[in-house]
Amino acid sequence: MTESPVVLGVDIGGTFVDLLLVDETTGQFRIAKSPSQRGDEAAGFANGLKALGDIHRAFAAVHGTTVGTNALLERKFARAGVITTRGFRDVLEMRRRDRPHTWGLTGDFRPAVERDMRLEVSERTLASGEIRSSLDLAEFEQAARQIIAWGAQAIAIVFVNAWANPANEKQAIEALRRLWPDGSCVASHEILPEIREFERTSTTVLNAVLLPVAGTYLATIAAQMPPNNDGGFHIVQSNGGVMSVEMARRFPVRTALSGPAAGVIAACEIASQAGFPNVISADLGGTSFDVSLIAAGKPAMRAQASIGFGYTIRTPMIEITTIGAGGGSIAHVDSGGFLNIGPQSAGSVPGPACYGAGGDSATLTDALVVCGFIDPRRPIGNRPDFDVDQAKRVIHRDIATPLGLETMVAAEAIIRVADNRMAGAIRLVSIERGHDPAAFVLMPFGGGGALHACALIDSVGIAKAVVPRFPGVTSALGCVIADFRHDRVQSIERPLLDCDVKELRQRLQSMFEETSEAVRSAGVRLDVIEAELQMDMNYLGQTHSIAVGLPSEFLHADFDHATLINLFEKAYQRSFSRLLRETPIKAANLRVAAIGKRPKIDLSIFAPPKDASVQAARRPSRDVWHDGQWRKMDIYSRLDLPADAIIAGPAILEQDDATVFVAEGFSALVDRAGNLIIKRQKAS
Amino acid sequence: MIALDPVKLAILRGRLEQIVDEMDAVLFRSAFNPIIAEAHDASHGVYRAHDGATLVQGTQGLPIFVGAMSFAVKAVIEKAASAGGAQAGDTWLFNDPYDGGTHLNDFRLVRPVFRDGRLFCWLASVGHWLDAGGAVPGGFNPVATESMQEGVRIPPVKIFEQGRFNAAVLEIILANSRTPALNRGDFNAQLNALDLGEKRLSALLDEFGAIDVESAMSALVQRSAAMMRAHIETIPDGVWSFEDYLDNDGVSQAPLTIALDMTISGAAMTLDFSRSSPPCAGPLNIARSTAIACCYVALKHVFTDVPANSGCLEPVEFIIPDSTLLAVTAPKPVGGYTETILRMIGVIFGAIGKARPDLSYAAPFGTINALSMSGTTRQGKRWVMFSFFGGGLGAHPHGDGLSHANNPISMATIPPFEILEAAYPVMFTQWALRPGSAGAGKYRGGLGAIYEIEALDENGADIFLLGERGIHAPFGVQGGGSAALNHFEWQTASGVFSGKLVSKVNGVRIACGERVRLETPGGGGWGEPALRDNALIERDLRLGYLPANDQKPSSQEVRHD
Repeated sequence: MTESPVVLGVDIGGTFVDLLLVDETTGQFRIAKSPSQRGDEAAGFANGLKALGDIHRAFAAVHGTTVGTNALLERKFARAGVITTRGFRDVLEMRRRDRPHTWGLTGDFRPAVERDMRLEVSERTLASGEIRSSLDLAEFEQAARQIIAWGAQAIAIVFVNAWANPANEKQAIEALRRLWPDGSCVASHEILPEIREFERTSTTVLNAVLLPVAGTYLATIAAQMPPNNDGGFHIVQSNGGVMSVEMARRFPVRTALSGPAAGVIAACEIASQAGFPNVISADLGGTSFDVSLIAAGKPAMRAQASIGFGYTIRTPMIEITTIGAGGGSIAHVDSGGFLNIGPQSAGSVPGPACYGAGGDSATLTDALVVCGFIDPRRPIGNRPDFDVDQAKRVIHRDIATPLGLETMVAAEAIIRVADNRMAGAIRLVSIERGHDPAAFVLMPFGGGGALHACALIDSVGIAKAVVPRFPGVTSALGCVIADFRHDRVQSIERPLLDCDVKELRQRLQSMFEETSEAVRSAGVRLDVIEAELQMDMNYLGQTHSIAVGLPSEFLHADFDHATLINLFEKAYQRSFSRLLRETPIKAANLRVAAIGKRPKIDLSIFAPPKDASVQAARRPSRDVWHDGQWRKMDIYSRLDLPADAIIAGPAILEQDDATVFVAEGFSALVDRAGNLIIKRQKAS
Repeated sequence: MIALDPVKLAILRGRLEQIVDEMDAVLFRSAFNPIIAEAHDASHGVYRAHDGATLVQGTQGLPIFVGAMSFAVKAVIEKAASAGGAQAGDTWLFNDPYDGGTHLNDFRLVRPVFRDGRLFCWLASVGHWLDAGGAVPGGFNPVATESMQEGVRIPPVKIFEQGRFNAAVLEIILANSRTPALNRGDFNAQLNALDLGEKRLSALLDEFGAIDVESAMSALVQRSAAMMRAHIETIPDGVWSFEDYLDNDGVSQAPLTIALDMTISGAAMTLDFSRSSPPCAGPLNIARSTAIACCYVALKHVFTDVPANSGCLEPVEFIIPDSTLLAVTAPKPVGGYTETILRMIGVIFGAIGKARPDLSYAAPFGTINALSMSGTTRQGKRWVMFSFFGGGLGAHPHGDGLSHANNPISMATIPPFEILEAAYPVMFTQWALRPGSAGAGKYRGGLGAIYEIEALDENGADIFLLGERGIHAPFGVQGGGSAALNHFEWQTASGVFSGKLVSKVNGVRIACGERVRLETPGGGGWGEPALRDNALIERDLRLGYLPANDQKPSSQEVRHD
């Protein structure tokens, strides 16, 4: 594989395929957007490539996907089997003894592998790592053959306390690979050698059921790849780092948030180059509003997430808070007389009422069309003009009549309630985590995100909003610029003072060697491979631990217990006020990531054309219902505005895949990279 | 009161709920003991200035507290009134279960919020502290006969008086606990939550003005009341009765009756528990405030869309005489309150289900099985492993019950057994669904579980258990069958034993290598078993949810200790 300076970002979502081709040496780029269809992503990709045109130079492709999430949500995954320690085959099904809703005792759970496909074998390891009973290999092989005979396409092996000593699991997986060389199989210590049996089991099993799905999917996408793909095909992980397609085939569970994570990576880079290291990214899609927080250039991460009730994935991922308030979310008046929006969605089929495709519910998009924020003659994507009258009818019937409001007032009320829910999600990731929103910029993307920017600035107290030049291809841009990354975790679960620091260092070294090897095989240009080292620590007896960053020098230089204690206490005090000096400290896990830094792309490649002018960007004005009345609104073609232009609100800025609303009292500045910086005008 | 426009009301509702959710989040994050940090055994709310009625409740807090907190605030209001009224900067602390509900481990902090010199509302925080003294570590004393054996009782006292911290009170409480460091951490975490709530509320008042916020709070209560009335009207008029039983009170063998006569008349509901058993000697009594709180939980599980505030209970009248075990006063023991309120919630489900089969839940497993295993190693290190266990939820008109769930009063998750094995000298030998434990029906209950634990320390382990449902099984409804009974045994060299009081065990010793085994009930079934879809029966057999032949899962001979 050669290191290619040309990179193709491929974002395949539920509605569109977005492609972005960037030549890192010349700064030239091309964008293509074409409709996609769930279940036939390869055809959408092929159409997108057609729209993009031929690629003449050698290139690498990086893909952000939602195929893993969709497979889990729709339960379209492989029939698989589980082999586990005698007495524990129900761990997967028993979860952590939870239920789906606080109020109401309904809801069922069907595990990804049903009970008859989970077999037990004799073996047992203790928490200390001591092998209490070794594996009965003959019994294991018989169980494996049985499960294969029952039609398993994949097998997961999860033994109790394999995090402490994987010897029995290793013996088992080796035996399985011998007797089933072409099978998809995985053992828990390969996926997550971390204490907590349910989380380890669930992550391992979900990886197993996705193995055949991911294999097939990645092969069909790769089959469409145009010639010159010398730099290889790579996949964005949920943590925002890129891995090779071979790794993605082995660890598909790490791609659950691949597409959305790529968007956050792009938001981080765009804002950082525009001079804003603190960002709240806000992706308004058809069914949801996804928010992430980036502080000092680093996206907030979380240790695990659930894709629906009980489908828990424990792997580091970008923290993306999702609420069911997207363009297609349905507004309704509940039994108590409250106007509410979502989480039910009209989806893209039949879609909002204004699509005229049979949708009969009032959605946020309908309200925006009725109020005139979205031009009904310029719908996103290749679809007929919006039906304003149909949108008005459903808003009148479902919202205005029950609340006793005028139709236009009701339509604006839907937008305000949606604004309020979005503001709530932003407060959740910022204020509730101890961040002051005034220190952040909002980066709205997706087609409609920038319509809500001014309302969100006001109600959350964010300083300003930065709207990227091409809000619709943010995730594809993220694919192009994301660093390569490979992660490893290992539970320690011992009092810190009982740990031999030399041994800790050796572990860090070997974990880094393994992960950097995986990164080094990438087919794209990397500036340098950096180490990110962490130790999860807590006071003995606590259940939550905090991630304590360790300097990368720990790979080479000696360190001692006192240094580790000092680092822990500093990190602890940042989170909580009081130290408990009399309580022993525990080392819970070691985490190592090797990060292959990509060369920076100067995003001024997106700068507006030199010959642009405000006058040429003007479009005919139109009436927009805002603040309880119709107002004549200035309209601009956003991409035709020159750098340094300042547009005073109220105004609407349109481009093919997005609409921006600048409210009265706000102004929008076009920066050198073509971003729009929206902020409150200083009181004159 | 001025009428708010519907949009502003919707927005203020969202903002108020968010403030309380944020208080929950701050406490969970900064609490020290896992019962709060991991299991979220805590709650926060905003309460009406003059009577403590619940105005707004968080969505993440423990369901049972949602109903009980209002009583805690009322108790403080009365206390403050007798001492010249509340002042800015005051905060009360207490755990008295007879005033504020539940049990001695639940510590409440209550603080007045002033606006323009006037008492605007109250904020309160409640959290389960790991240990508050008493005879049994963790407080679940299965044989207590007065509250002094369950822990130290603190009446409402000012822990802050006009901003001045009264350290002495905290020192006294901590001196009576086995886990003072954790309690101190939890106390500070609850203060964090109150501080934050006060700050956020003040910002909201600045933004919208006191009049609009107050109007919104009143409107929310009125709407909840209106919604609850509308729901009650859909229940046919009449008297609907239902009874269920507690195995015993931990002291004597006699069963205890929980009896409900529910009268529906138009939009009004009366819940009359007069026919229930008199106060008992052991810890299965509850205070009246606890009883009302659990009625609220039951109604919220049936009518899930009603916003959580005092309006929910406006159309409901309670008859809970102090001649029953459901309205006791000090010093009657109340440490086993969870079992009693689970039975009360069950009979409310049962009575509503008689009137409205389409709203009926069969009984959930209905016992917390508070199991403590403890000992002292040869090195002299004392260890206490303490946990609650899961079971099956009842079936409902739309499907089977959920297997291995938490109880309706809680959203707590169970600790991973690998964490327990790493922390204590124990080894789990089984952690499994319990075949045949669900009640049969058109829809079956969820399955209970089997937990088997071996003592690994050479000095063995002492066992305490406070559980129920060992004699009276979770019931089915609409012709559905009842679930399997709770079963607890200890397997020793000299045989297999179980307790005389079935699921209440007060300190038995097992040796190294010996085991305890807990088999928990599933949930009751819904509808005639004959109506069950054949494909579902085949599935249950294929997956082993039903035993292949109808043998009892545990066929060993069992002796009593």
